[in-house]
Amino acid sequence: MAGAENSEGWQMPTIGGEDWQNNPDPVCESDPLGLGVGVFKDERHVPRGFRPTASPAAVAKLHQQHDADGRKVAAWQRAHLTDPHSQHRFEVYIHVPFCYRRCGYCDFNTYTARDFGEGASQKNYANLVICELQRLHAWQVRTGIVCQPASSVYFGGGTPTILPSHDLVRMLACVRTLWGLTPDAEVTTEANPDTVSLSSIRELAEGGFTRISLGMQSAVPHVLATLDRTHRQENVVSAISWAKQCGLETSLDLIYGAPGESMDDWETSLKAAIGLNPDHLSCYALTLAPATKMGRLVAAGKLAAPSDDDEAAKYEVADKLLQQAGYQWYEISNWAHPGHEDQHNLGYWTGADWAGIGPGAHAHFAHLRTWDTRHPKVWTRQLNAGVLPWSGHEWVDEQGTLEEGLMLGLRLRRGISVRHVDHLAQAAGYESVDPRIWQRLEEDSLLEPVSHDAVNESDEMRLRPTLRGRLLNDAIVETVLDSLTRA
Amino acid sequence: MVTEVNQPGRTPQSLIRNFCIIAHIDHGKSTVADRILQLSGVVAPHEMRNQYLDRMAIERERGITIKSQAVRVPWKVNGTEYTLGMIDTPGHVDFTYEVSRSLAACEGAVLLVDATQGIEAQTLSNLYMALDDNLTIIPVLNKIDLPSADPDKYGKELADLIGCDESDILRVSGKTGEGIAHLLDTIVAKIPAPHGDPKAPARALIFDSVYDSYRGIVTYIRMVDGEIRSRERVRQMGLGSAHDPIELGVISPNMTPCTSLGAGEVGYIITGVKDVRESKVGDTITTERNPATKPLPGYSEPEPMVYAGIFPMDNVQFPDLRDALEKLQLNDASLTFEPETSVALGFGFRCGFLGVLHMQIIVERLKREFGLDIITTAPNVDYKVVQEDGTSVEVRNPSQFPDGKIREVEEPMVLADIVTPKEFIGEVMDLCQKHRGQMKTMEYLSPERVDIEYRIPLGEIVFNFFDQLKSHTKGYATLNYTRDGVQKADLVKVDILIHGEKIDAFSAIVHRDSAYSYGVMMTKRLQKLIPRQLFEIPIQAAIGARIIARETISPMRKDVLAKCYGGDITRKRKLLEKQKAGKKKMKLLGHVQVPQEAFIAALSTDTGAEDRDTRDKIRAARRKAQA
Repeated sequence: MAGAENSEGWQMPTIGGEDWQNNPDPVCESDPLGLGVGVFKDERHVPRGFRPTASPAAVAKLHQQHDADGRKVAAWQRAHLTDPHSQHRFEVYIHVPFCYRRCGYCDFNTYTARDFGEGASQKNYANLVICELQRLHAWQVRTGIVCQPASSVYFGGGTPTILPSHDLVRMLACVRTLWGLTPDAEVTTEANPDTVSLSSIRELAEGGFTRISLGMQSAVPHVLATLDRTHRQENVVSAISWAKQCGLETSLDLIYGAPGESMDDWETSLKAAIGLNPDHLSCYALTLAPATKMGRLVAAGKLAAPSDDDEAAKYEVADKLLQQAGYQWYEISNWAHPGHEDQHNLGYWTGADWAGIGPGAHAHFAHLRTWDTRHPKVWTRQLNAGVLPWSGHEWVDEQGTLEEGLMLGLRLRRGISVRHVDHLAQAAGYESVDPRIWQRLEEDSLLEPVSHDAVNESDEMRLRPTLRGRLLNDAIVETVLDSLTRA
Repeated sequence: MVTEVNQPGRTPQSLIRNFCIIAHIDHGKSTVADRILQLSGVVAPHEMRNQYLDRMAIERERGITIKSQAVRVPWKVNGTEYTLGMIDTPGHVDFTYEVSRSLAACEGAVLLVDATQGIEAQTLSNLYMALDDNLTIIPVLNKIDLPSADPDKYGKELADLIGCDESDILRVSGKTGEGIAHLLDTIVAKIPAPHGDPKAPARALIFDSVYDSYRGIVTYIRMVDGEIRSRERVRQMGLGSAHDPIELGVISPNMTPCTSLGAGEVGYIITGVKDVRESKVGDTITTERNPATKPLPGYSEPEPMVYAGIFPMDNVQFPDLRDALEKLQLNDASLTFEPETSVALGFGFRCGFLGVLHMQIIVERLKREFGLDIITTAPNVDYKVVQEDGTSVEVRNPSQFPDGKIREVEEPMVLADIVTPKEFIGEVMDLCQKHRGQMKTMEYLSPERVDIEYRIPLGEIVFNFFDQLKSHTKGYATLNYTRDGVQKADLVKVDILIHGEKIDAFSAIVHRDSAYSYGVMMTKRLQKLIPRQLFEIPIQAAIGARIIARETISPMRKDVLAKCYGGDITRKRKLLEKQKAGKKKMKLLGHVQVPQEAFIAALSTDTGAEDRDTRDKIRAARRKAQA
């Protein structure tokens, strides 16, 4: 539909006879629910989208729209933040969409090609990111959005460490120049254990990185093979010791529930990970996206589908072993030695603002959520055309804010404040949550009160999920939302 | 378009030939009708499309004819123009009554047989109906263009059946048009002209009526005697009501108004009535000015054979459902409905249908033409239950089945004609026996094909009998049935309990011998279809207070997204909203959320392959019952 109005009531620009924003950027836009339906089978296939031939008028129109968005954010900040500099946090996420090999389960926005042409290459990638950083910062300044030092910078992927360390450091330096970093800023990069060396890690540490998160996934060779991982356990052992040697905080990622993984396999992996004594551990249940290689194998019956019961049992084992080893859960899939929680991710769950840089990255400012075009080539074209490389955006309304507040807050150890949920519900036009709902969820041992401790400084009533409640988190959110009645 | 010489109302009876095309379903009636329309020139080449006369979307899509159509077509033989009244009839067993009323408007019938398949069950039933009405039969083999056609073999079969010479059987292809002109010539030569009395008071037989949303009821009539002029007040002799016609006309192939209709002609009349029941099929129309004294013999309205509950998914749609059913009834007097309340499904209607296909078509039209979201319960037939105290109850719905002691139950029976290649006789007999059928006769139509007649309970047929018959005979066997009294049978009601609550929508009346398999199958099916919930859900089948089968849905242990970072938040929220919308499509039965598919599966009559677990459980349930 050329020239149709979008949800904000804007006329969408028509470029080259096609609505590029409505036009299939096949992963994200044809798959708004993110079920992975559109993962590229052939990543060389460049989706139709923003054309290099975009007319100056169309580009100008995009500028206007982005600026209108920014002014809306600025207006919201002026109305709601009395002291913006103390009241909200700002973070930067940088996506690196390159991998040596695509893992069978992975539905992230990542590619094994190194050069897509038109400057969209691994070699040139740091320059493109710097370009987007500058453009975003200029947008903030121009529209009056509060600019403040970043409390965290996170490089995710893909495999960020596929890039030379000096590229990563260069991008970080750009953030420092534009926004500055808070004194205790956390700077993390994800890494595959076989893409780092002592010297590369040292270079990162010297360049300002403070933390490394290693994709260990499993310690059992047959599970690693099922997951298409290229590394071996020895790589993890050396990578983590190098990281510690360089003074970095460490985190390990594990995946449970892979086809063929026994409970013994899982315990082996857990114990191996604990044995390496990282500061932080993430354990993720294997989630199958239908269009991934593994999803297709399962659909074809060639691979056993992960079972919820098996994953639940493995989660319980993980929680027990990690707790015994002194790790404490602070989010459903995250455990840490107290004081070593991942500040960057906590920001996502507690409403920080963040810049999202790189193909497919999401950003968040006040109630504005935007996301970049997923295909690196199209994304590069947008950068070259002088616009922010966004492919979509939304202004989260009161209903959405309520839903996000519940679903994010209930993932956390600090839990949710009952009073805060009531505020959100009222803002969205509902009555306060019926106290009997909370009571029922407590009786059903899904929720428990948060005691007055370090996490809960005020004396307001807070609730958090129990172990059972963590595993049935979505059901809790749905129960609360279903119980709401219109005011 | 050709201009007709013979004008409606001024066509001598000697130039009129009225005929219908009868055949088994899929033997190519509508295609032959298409070629006739094309060849006679009433449809311009650029307007031609397949199944021209099937106007309903569902007819065109499924390639079946549901409503009869009557078209006036000119045809010249030796320079004389004749007027052919052609009626295209449905072939499916559910719509036999449509055929029977069309036959009464004709003097002859074209009996079409697929040259690749030969005689089938509905060929027989339609032929016998036509012979009963003393129609002249023109036997025709269709689809002779197909490589697999064997006109010699099936010609012999057909000649033996009708008792004619093999050379009398025409060979045509509806697809290529081969032989169609010769067929039309033969129709003119062989089918007798109507022989009504043009001078007598007018008498016209109503053989169909359809509802047109713009024009109201369009009544199809066959003039027998006399003449009706437009603007002449007419009277329906049976109902006794009088109307001023708004329009009189012929269909050629679009509705074309005319000033009068004379004896022998087929046409339509619009009187402005809004309800199809006010234009009763089988009634006789005459004029007020010069009324006839004796009506024409009519025919009895078909009675529903199959009943099912239709409920709106959302009870708010109840009035919409009623409106939709009323609209459908305008066009289909054989559809009956009355309000019904179900504990599980709320307010809805118990509807009566002519058969399972009829039911499927109504359900599909409700969904598509009226955009309704509906749940249909499993179909059942009408039983008579005599209680211990001698009172008898008519049961059209399992929930009407009395709870107390029962003296006897009567179930309706049918005579089923099954035509099958002889290599499948064993399978067909097994199947009929399994469905409590008793064999009546077996006749060889030809050395290869047999016509077997069974007396079977109707209740066994309306479930998945037809599909099973097809799958047991590689699709070759065909079935036709007519009602044939009742019999006493040992029938029980099986209830399904979800989380201890009886769900009336899943109750079924079945023979005691199949009660266990029904119970086990249904509980297993529901166990698969109902998603796990936060608590354990027992699913039980019971006869009265006695539990005969049980399955358990274990409580859900995990329902959480593993990762919820930057970009996941929007996705997750949208997923949440989608799930919420999906939940609206679930029915809350007690505390248990039951998805729509569970109800659809309850309707689905597919028993599926019985696995070992199912067989073991059925055996165990039986043993327990005997102990």
